[in-house]
Formats: sequence, structure tokens, C-alpha cells
Amino acid sequence: MEMETLDLVEQPLQHHIEDVETVTIRFAGDSGDGMQLTGTQFTNTTAIVGNDISTLPDFPAEIRAPAGSLPGVSGFQINFSSRDIRTPGDEPNVLVAMNPAALKVNLIDLEPGGTIIANTDAFTPQNLQKAGYKTNPLEDGSLSGYRVFKLPITTLNLSALKEVNLPHKQLERCKNFFALGLMYWLYDRPMEPTLKWINDKFGRMPEVAKANSLALRAGYAYGENGEVFTTHYRVRKAAIEPGKYRNITGNEATALGFIAASQLAGRPLFYGSYPITPASDILHELSQHKNFGVKTFQAEDEIAAVSAAIGAAFAGCLGLTGTSGPGLALKSEAIGLAVMTELPIVIADIQRGGPSTGLPTKTEQADLLQAMFGRNSECPVAIVAPATPADCFYMAIEAFRIATKYMVPVIYLSDGYLANGAEPWKLPSIDELPKFEVKFRTDPEGFYPYLRDPETLARPWAIPGTPGLEHRIGGLEKQDITGNVSYDPENHMRMVQLRAEKIARIANDIPDLKVFGKPYGKLLVIGWGSTCGSITSAVEYMQSKGASVSSVHLRHLNPFPKNLGEIISGFDKVLIPELNLGQLALLIRARYLMDAISFPKVKGKPFKISEIINKIEQIIED
Amino acid sequence: MSTNSKGNGNGSKTIQLTRKDFVSDQEVRWCPGCGDYSILAQVQKVMPELGIPRENIVFVSGIGCSSRFPYYMNTYGFHGIHGRAPAIATGIKASRPELSVWVITGDGDALSIGGNHLLHALRRNLDIKIIMFNNRIYGLTKGQYSPTSEFGKKTKSTPMGSIDTPLNPLCVALASEASFVARSVDIDTKHLSYVIERAAHHKGAAFVEVFQNCNIFNDGAFRDIVERDVRDERTVVLEHGKPLVFGKNRDKGIRLNGLHLEVVTLGNGISESDLLVHDEMAPESNLAYMLARMEYPEYPVPMGVLRSVERPTYEYLLEDQIRVAVSKSGKGDLEKLINSGDTWTIS
Repeated sequence: MEMETLDLVEQPLQHHIEDVETVTIRFAGDSGDGMQLTGTQFTNTTAIVGNDISTLPDFPAEIRAPAGSLPGVSGFQINFSSRDIRTPGDEPNVLVAMNPAALKVNLIDLEPGGTIIANTDAFTPQNLQKAGYKTNPLEDGSLSGYRVFKLPITTLNLSALKEVNLPHKQLERCKNFFALGLMYWLYDRPMEPTLKWINDKFGRMPEVAKANSLALRAGYAYGENGEVFTTHYRVRKAAIEPGKYRNITGNEATALGFIAASQLAGRPLFYGSYPITPASDILHELSQHKNFGVKTFQAEDEIAAVSAAIGAAFAGCLGLTGTSGPGLALKSEAIGLAVMTELPIVIADIQRGGPSTGLPTKTEQADLLQAMFGRNSECPVAIVAPATPADCFYMAIEAFRIATKYMVPVIYLSDGYLANGAEPWKLPSIDELPKFEVKFRTDPEGFYPYLRDPETLARPWAIPGTPGLEHRIGGLEKQDITGNVSYDPENHMRMVQLRAEKIARIANDIPDLKVFGKPYGKLLVIGWGSTCGSITSAVEYMQSKGASVSSVHLRHLNPFPKNLGEIISGFDKVLIPELNLGQLALLIRARYLMDAISFPKVKGKPFKISEIINKIEQIIED
Repeated sequence: MSTNSKGNGNGSKTIQLTRKDFVSDQEVRWCPGCGDYSILAQVQKVMPELGIPRENIVFVSGIGCSSRFPYYMNTYGFHGIHGRAPAIATGIKASRPELSVWVITGDGDALSIGGNHLLHALRRNLDIKIIMFNNRIYGLTKGQYSPTSEFGKKTKSTPMGSIDTPLNPLCVALASEASFVARSVDIDTKHLSYVIERAAHHKGAAFVEVFQNCNIFNDGAFRDIVERDVRDERTVVLEHGKPLVFGKNRDKGIRLNGLHLEVVTLGNGISESDLLVHDEMAPESNLAYMLARMEYPEYPVPMGVLRSVERPTYEYLLEDQIRVAVSKSGKGDLEKLINSGDTWTIS
């Protein structure tokens, strides 16, 4: 649905209103407290009023850890601004803590002097004990470095809902909307979009709709009429490029991108997947779009998921499988089969903390080398990586463009941060999207299964149902051209080289990297994947301070863009921040024989802008 | 590549193909005397009778001696990786329901490394035909025991005897809700081609176990059951609607006694009307399971179709959901999809 951009309503000021440029808020509570919903509502409203936004949810691996416990804390962070922003924000300015555990887990990230809005009703002796507090932090002076607002949110909410005829427990559950209403007042946002959402969502349950609307209004009124807050804040519209927008998470954009690829290629999409965090939302999203001819197959395991995708590709469809790191490990042998049979499949790996089961809900970029080398023998695949949540849409299309043009498997490396993070997406028109034509071989004359296109080295895509092209492929080494089984030593060497060359030639077909900043200087920062926002913001900041620093961001990891070597040679030093122990740095060092400085972070969290700024300063000073 | 022109080209689908049309140009490389030759010959014989254009047939296999099979069929073929043939076939059949998809596998491929895929392909009821060559040994890796090797079997990897209880493939298939379950043997070519044809005509997942002799690593695995001189006494051929009679003189039968099957001799007050009548279409698989459990020497070994029931295929249901989705929301419109959700315009 289209919503009109709302102009901020100038109201008679009962309270002092202060303009601020950028605000970061974190909502935190029990995983049952509805913090994700609260954050999403705040985000949508904030987008509509015309701020630039970036968000990141942070939820526990446990579905419902014991109420009030530290592992059960769920958070949602939103960064919004009147200028261009690229990350969900380094340090929250405001922490909304619905219970002691939420305070304990999140306080460490709050900026010094930041604002805490705490629900005092939840600070009971029992909850304090569960969170490991010996004394109540709201009373013992330990929060003296912050501005603390102590509000009995549960009580205030219940008294506002007296007239609603619902069980007590259900009324209590509306307290997140009371908190949301208060934040709307505090940051001068309209309530209408959320009121509309409540009516759309609970239209059939009028009492529930009433309870949530009342809670929202009561929270807003509490700020407006109460004497607790003397000031509220305004974040003016950002200068955003004109166009139509929607807020989108990386996983949504990934799913839409794969559907778009299918439409652009004119071939049905087949998605084989086994549920795994944080990739499952792609399966959920794709399964809702069957009217696009999308076939989703929830397989019995990761191996079946990729094997079925290979079967679908053999049969002439866009074969897709999605997973996370542990699943990619299980798919390794089958990906080798796709390399050997030269079939176009895409493997989407939504990376998470590892090794083994690791940190399922936390982000990491440590599958790069697995994607590059994690198969037996010489087994090259193409690798692409989206840079932002909205970029997932375009890189999903790019993955299939490469796969079908070169007849190769392509690994698409997203991660938990992109998957669940969201940003405004300027909606493209269909004719702006890249075109790619998929051609099947139909002519039996001169047909050989491994006779290659002289330019791309792609073998013909000859699908069952085509008379005269009956042929057999498989995992055994192929004789060049005929595709028959061959154990000939010279042939094997030639085929190994051909498979490598085929991947290498993709470099002729991907755009040159654009340098952010001057094309020469003291320091080049190289990033890939989800670190784009933090790196670009840090480099932009350092450039504004006059530092000789530029950056490039890789969205193609194998092969590298052709001009990367030339760009590197324009700089004295190279810095590579990554959410792993230096995997891209290893590849860059090996490929360009240069001493890249690795800047690793493996904490399950994205880079803060300040961390990269500090590192750049340190290198430039050296 | 052999691209025999018969059955190719425009509108030539009506041309009657022969066995030779299904023979590829690849030299067959099984050991001389291997039971696989007979199975290949029967499949090539049955194929032309199905009336399916050659280009619409796909043979998929895993790894093992039997899995070389697709190379010898002049159809589309996919020699996959160990155990994964049912999963590859699932992708082919689900994305292209009009194709005739066959899986060739062995006891190790299907029941050990690929056990998971077998049971899920069967329960989903994709219209694929799975022919499992059971020789009760790993042949391609030169003689280790397999999941169907008998307890105590001495092999290269079990010099003191296997301590694994073997799986009964038919029981696995029945427990996996297979809609068609049958058994035959390599040396009884008439029966084998009958069973293959029955499987081909079944609409749904068909599982066929074929007793197959590995004359190199497990010679005579089924000799005591299936050789011409003993088979009448030691096997019972299942026929739908007929009592379970066996024996050279057709003088023995199988009777249901309480919850057990028992072997009885006809005569002395016992007639055919006392015997169990085979019902391959029974909605419940209990009796089929009891038949599958009959093993030599306690019982004659059942041969033929144990179960053949109809239920909607996976690929039909999958496409049906697409039809429902299209009739409900209209054919997918990319522009509309991109512009869905809460949007706003910056001017």
C-alpha cells in the first residue's frame, strides 16, 4: 500500500522541542515482550516521515528462554537521521529497558550520558535476581552516568486499559505499545501509521485493536501531559533521492531478487532448502509467491536441498538452494557435482557465527574461504556478496546471471546482519533491471555436451525433453567436448584448467570497482559484504578530516573485479576490516603479493564506525 | 555421442521404438557374469513398450556398480553422487512433471549413505521409479558388507563376521509409505520385466528390489532361494486376488493364524480357501509388511508386487498449489511484487 509522506505537524509547544541530526534507539525486553514489533513499527513510521534509517534486530537463539533471564533478552536497534546514514548506529543514545535483564545486557552499548527509559514495574526482587543484580540499579546510584527515566509502564498501561474487556494478561501484553507511544511523542512522530496497522491487523478482534490503540495513545499522552520529560526531539527530513521507497530486510530482498531473476530469465525458480537460521526467512518468503511459478521444496536435509536444485537445473529451471555455514559444509560434495556437470545453480549462504553450530542468530563473515575452497580437489565456483540489505536484491539477480551465462554454480554470501537488518530501498522500475537471456540447445546437429562457447567457455544447456540431445552427465571426469567418462591424464589436466579458466573469464563481465575517494593516496580500505556501511561511513569521516584514505567495496569475490590490482597499486597501504580472522586479506595477499593489514572482528556483531575510524587513525599515524 | 535419429525431430513421437533404440554407444563395463546385465536388458526391453518418447526419459543414479546404469541407456542420464539419486530425481521430477524419471541404485547407495533420501522420496510419492539392485555387498569398493548383508557375514571389513542386523528393503519402503513396493530377481527375466512394467505404469513412487548376484564378491547370495531347482519351494509369487500358494506341486500355502503367517500343506482338511488372499491394493500396509518379513528358510520368499495403492503425487500437489495461488492472486507481476508492502514517495 502507498502511504503519503507525512509532514511533521507543528504543534503548539507545551514542551521544549530540540532539533537533533541523528538518533539511535534500542528497544530491549524479554523475547515475549514484543520488542521486534515495537521496533518495526517505529521504523516504518520513521521512514514515512522522511528520515534516513537503518535497523538491526538482535534476538536470542532460544525461542522463549525463561522470562526475565539474560539469554531471553531481545532487542531492536534503529538509527534515524536527517542526513544519509549507512549503519544501525554504533552506540544507542536511548535504551528502552522493559526489565532488569534487558538493562544488564544492553547497558554496555549505551553511549556515556545516554538516556535510559526503564519499566520500574519489572524491577522486582525476583527479576533483579534473575538478571544477576544484587541491588536495584535504578536505586543504588550505579546509573549516575546516565539520564534515567523510571516509569511504571506496566501499571500506567493497565490503568489506561481499564475499560477494555480482555483478560489481564492480554492487557499487560500491550505495554510495548505504551512504550512505543511514548517514544513517538519523545521523537515527534505521528501515531497514525501504527494506528492504521493495528486496525488492519486486529480488525476482526475489536477489543484487541482497541487495547493496542489505547495503549499507544496513552503512552503518547503520558509524554505530552506528564511532567517527566521536559524536552522532546525533532529529527528533520533527510535529503533523500526522490523516488518511491519501501523498507526492506536483506532476506526479503534476497527472495525478491531470486524471483526477479526467474522472471528476467523466463525460467521457473526451484528453491530447495532445509530450515536453518538465519536463512529460513528466504524459504518463508519464496513459499508465499507460488503465483510466480516458484516451486519451494523443504528438503529432508541440506544435501537433498542442493541435490534437488541440481536436478532442477539439469531439467532447465533456475536451481537455487539456501542455507547457512553448517549447511554449506554439508552441501560441499554436491556443489562439486554441479562444478563437474557444469550446471547453473545458486547457493545462498546466509552466514552466521561458527564454527559448528556456533552462534546461530549472530552475524559473521567467516565462510569466505569455505566458499572459495571448501570442496575436494580443484573445484572453483563464482562468489558474489551483497553489500547492504537492499543490495541483496541486485546481487541475487547477478548470481543467476553469472550462473546461467557461464554454466557454473555461484555462491551468494549474505550474513545475519544483512539478512535481518533493514534499510529504505528505492524501488527500481522493471526496465532498469539487468536483462539476461537463457538459451537452451535444441539443434542435434554437431551437439556435444561439453563443446564450449569460445568466449565464455560455457557448455550447452541441453535439457531433457529435447529430441536428439539425449546424453549422460555425472560426477566422473569428462572427456573434453564429448562429455564421455575419461580417465586420461592429459584430458584431466585440461579439464581442471578449463573449469578454472571459465571462472576466471567472468572477470571480463563484471563492472570495474569504483573507488570511494581519490584513486591514490596513503591508505585504501577494502571491504566486502555487510561491512560496507561501517567502512564507508568511517572513510567518509576520515576524508572530512583531511586524511588520505579511500575505500573500495567488493561485491564479486571470485573472480575479483579486473581493476582491483591497479587500484591497490595506487596506495601505500591497504586495510581490510572483516568479521573473520582475515580471510579476504589472505586472498588479497596471495593474489596481489602485497602486505594487506587485516583488521578482524569475530564477536557476532557488526563493526562500529568508530572502531574502523580508530584503526584508520592508528595506521595513518604510524 | 550417439544421437540415433529414431524418435527424434518433429512429430516423430509416434514411431515405434525398439530395444536397440535404448542402447547407448558406451561399452558396458560390468564384470562378466554380473546380474546387472540382465536387469539392463529387461529395462531396455520394457522401455519401448511404454510408448514414452526417448527424450522424455531420464535415468538418475548414485554411486556403485549399479549406478553406472544411465551410461548404457540412450536416454537422458545423470550419474550423481553417492546416495543422492532420489534427491536429484526429486528436483527433476518436481520441476518437470512431464518427464519419466527412473532411479537406479544399490543396497549401499539406497539404504546406507542415501537412506534418508530414499525414505523421503517414497513418502512424498513423487512419480519416480526406484530400482534397487540388492547384492548384499559393496562391489565397487571390492567387497565390504552392506546394510543388507546377513548378520555374521564375513567380508573384507568384517573378518570376524558382521555384527550389524541387516535391513529388509521392502520393510523400509513400506514403512516409508511407498505407494508401490515390489521384488524380483535378475535371473527370472520374465518376472523381472513384468515387475518393471508394473512399476512403470504405477502413478506414484515405485520401489522395486531386485535380487542381483555379484559373482565376484558375493557369488550365490540368493542361490538357495532363486535358482531354478529350488525356487518353486522357496519363493512364493504374489498375485493380486489370489491365494498364496507355492511349491513345485502347488501343495503349500500361507495362512494367517492370529497375527502370524504360517506355512501350511494343502490337503488334510486345509484347502486354498483357508489361505491368505493377496491384496496389493489394501489401504493399510500391515499385511504387506508381514509378507515382506517372510524370509528363507522359515518361509518362502515373496516375489512380485506387495503393494500398489494410488494417492496424489508430490509434483501434482506442488503444481496444484501454484494453480491455486495463480487463481487467487493472479499470475505473478514483478512490478507489483517490488511495489508491495508499505511504500512512500520522496519528491
